[in-house]
Amino acid sequence: MEMTGAQLLVRLLEAQGVDTIAGIPGGAALPLYDALASAGTIRHVLARHEQGAGFIAQGIARASGKAAVCMSSSGPGATNLVTAIADAKLDSIPLVCITGQVPLPMIGTDAFQEVDTYGLSIPVTKHNYLVRDAEALPQVIDDAFRIAQSGRPGPVWVDIPKDVQLQRIRVGALPAPSSLDTPPEVDGEALLRAAQMINSAERPILYLGGGVIASGASHLAVTLAEQAGLPTTMTLMALGAMPIDHPLSVGMLGMHGARYTNYVLQESDLLICVGARFDDRAIGKASEFCPDAKIIHIDIDASEIHKIRFAHVGIQGDVAAVLERLLPHVQVQLRKKWLSRVSGLRAAHPLQMPALDDPRSHYGLVSAVAACLDDDAIITTDVGQHQMWVAQAYPFRRPRQWLTSGGLGTMGFGLPAAIGAALAEPKRKVVCFSGDGSLQMNIQEMATAADEGVDVKIILMNNQSLGLVHQQQDMFYGKRIFAADYKRQTDFVRIAEGFGLAAVDLDRSAHPRALLAEAISSKGPTLIHCSIDVNQKVFPMVPPGAANIEMIGG
Amino acid sequence: MGESTSADLQAQKKAVLELAVRNHPGVMTHVCGLFARRAFNVEGILCMPVGDGGESRIWLLVHDDERLSQMTLQAEKLEDVLSVRRHGADHAVFERLEAFFQ
Ligand SMILES: Cc1ncc(C[n+]2csc(CCOP(=O)(O)OP(=O)(O)O)c2C)c(N)n1
Repeated sequence: MEMTGAQLLVRLLEAQGVDTIAGIPGGAALPLYDALASAGTIRHVLARHEQGAGFIAQGIARASGKAAVCMSSSGPGATNLVTAIADAKLDSIPLVCITGQVPLPMIGTDAFQEVDTYGLSIPVTKHNYLVRDAEALPQVIDDAFRIAQSGRPGPVWVDIPKDVQLQRIRVGALPAPSSLDTPPEVDGEALLRAAQMINSAERPILYLGGGVIASGASHLAVTLAEQAGLPTTMTLMALGAMPIDHPLSVGMLGMHGARYTNYVLQESDLLICVGARFDDRAIGKASEFCPDAKIIHIDIDASEIHKIRFAHVGIQGDVAAVLERLLPHVQVQLRKKWLSRVSGLRAAHPLQMPALDDPRSHYGLVSAVAACLDDDAIITTDVGQHQMWVAQAYPFRRPRQWLTSGGLGTMGFGLPAAIGAALAEPKRKVVCFSGDGSLQMNIQEMATAADEGVDVKIILMNNQSLGLVHQQQDMFYGKRIFAADYKRQTDFVRIAEGFGLAAVDLDRSAHPRALLAEAISSKGPTLIHCSIDVNQKVFPMVPPGAANIEMIGG
Repeated sequence: MGESTSADLQAQKKAVLELAVRNHPGVMTHVCGLFARRAFNVEGILCMPVGDGGESRIWLLVHDDERLSQMTLQAEKLEDVLSVRRHGADHAVFERLEAFFQ
């Protein structure tokens, strides 16, 4: 059959099972859009900014665990995507990003809307392509999806010049998509040494990272913890891997972890790190983290093992496969002594959540929202104080319940990611906690939410400030608050209504809890506004560069 | 790629890396960019296609410091890098080139 490169691309995406693409068209992508239109098989979600499209795709990928697709034109369309793609790289999220490019003969001539997309995308992707011939598309698209989803997932960028999109080629039957790369063989000897270390440890800790979620290994991690009696801490990316109210959970570690969590880690003699990467926000000063612990490090990415801390046993492999093979060698232990020490530390230094009963306070609002939802709901956040309050106070109980920008910490993530999650999981309620700073980074996507009618609730914790910046200036820069507070009050309720959302204001309600419950249970996109005291802090806090046990507050 | 600025740097232990890569435009940028991005000095670089031109070989002269094994692992992760071998600084490839740099 004869077809254009663009038509072939659509066929290839269909074959990959892609049912939704988020994007924005433009000159160099018009043949692609025309092919999407005439095929009519893939839902296109028209974002209002390409960064929004990138984060919508991320929301789809994070909620579903499968690669999602975003699309844009050349030049500014491509540069606008960069932040969302970089964010996916740092959090190991599988994406396939497709951009139009100026025709091949014009590349290198500073043509209209030409940028070096290939060069720009190298440092922010797992891999990238500039397609020079439509004949290469079947291989490139197959590789792109395979690479994005194999091993440690990540974004793959495919740049397609307009003449390649229009190139007519003969296409036979399309081959079925390749299966994912086989993960590396697990080193059985290292596995036995790891089991022996776990069996003989006195104060072991299980330290779970985002790799546990990516690998679908949460249930295995919980089984390991239960079998060996392991107190279990989670990184920001792993929240939900073990239910937060599981007796063995010691919550999130690191910069804004509870005091007891960081103290427990300090006393451990064995750290079993599974799918985590010793990120500085999680471990504080690396040399002083778990000073007395031997380390077992399990990760699919060999370059993570020994990268920050030497591992006494390093096991490269898919986390689920490794845990499955490890479990039979791990003895059942009650570990009464260590677990009672952990309970003692928890009782002495619990997470402090002041004003938890007031639904118009920072922790209280998070808790009041949680009370309106069950574990099926998906929670996204933006970046700032509100993100940390949600991480600390929301009862996460299942993997992929929690979507947040961890590695890049990108303000503007929350709303578009929530839209993507709602598109991928239309039966679930999706709630986005945001701050007034972050919301304004991708506020235009309210229009997309209204277009698509997604059931997304934005909880706007409005402190009229870049709260986390305000907090750092207050604490570490002599209270010199500069360029953090907003001078004018913005009327977010009217803005949301202008975009076609329903909107409620808890500030003006005599019964905020009831209003909140009603707004959350309604269908469709809604803004729920609540003012938050700008002087509230995220506590405890490990000062940047300090050891985790040097916490302030809380 | 980064220049060595001090005499100490010159005196540091060196190593030679031999990379087998898929030969296509862009692979040099991937490899050089990786080292530059991680602020790892590359002293010398040599790249030629091998065989029928489907593959190339890249030789890198680098400092043998404690980060080299991490760099090697990162290079191995690049999709177009097929293998990475590490040799001592006395490998002939750069020594024979010295005549061209007199
Ligand atoms: C795109 C981007 N720019 C700047 C920052 C730095 N930054 C981190 S938190 C923050 C303030 C966030 O303010 P807001 O969204 O209102 O949340 P709050 O801290 O007030 O809850 C800033 C500016 C960032 N993380 N991302």
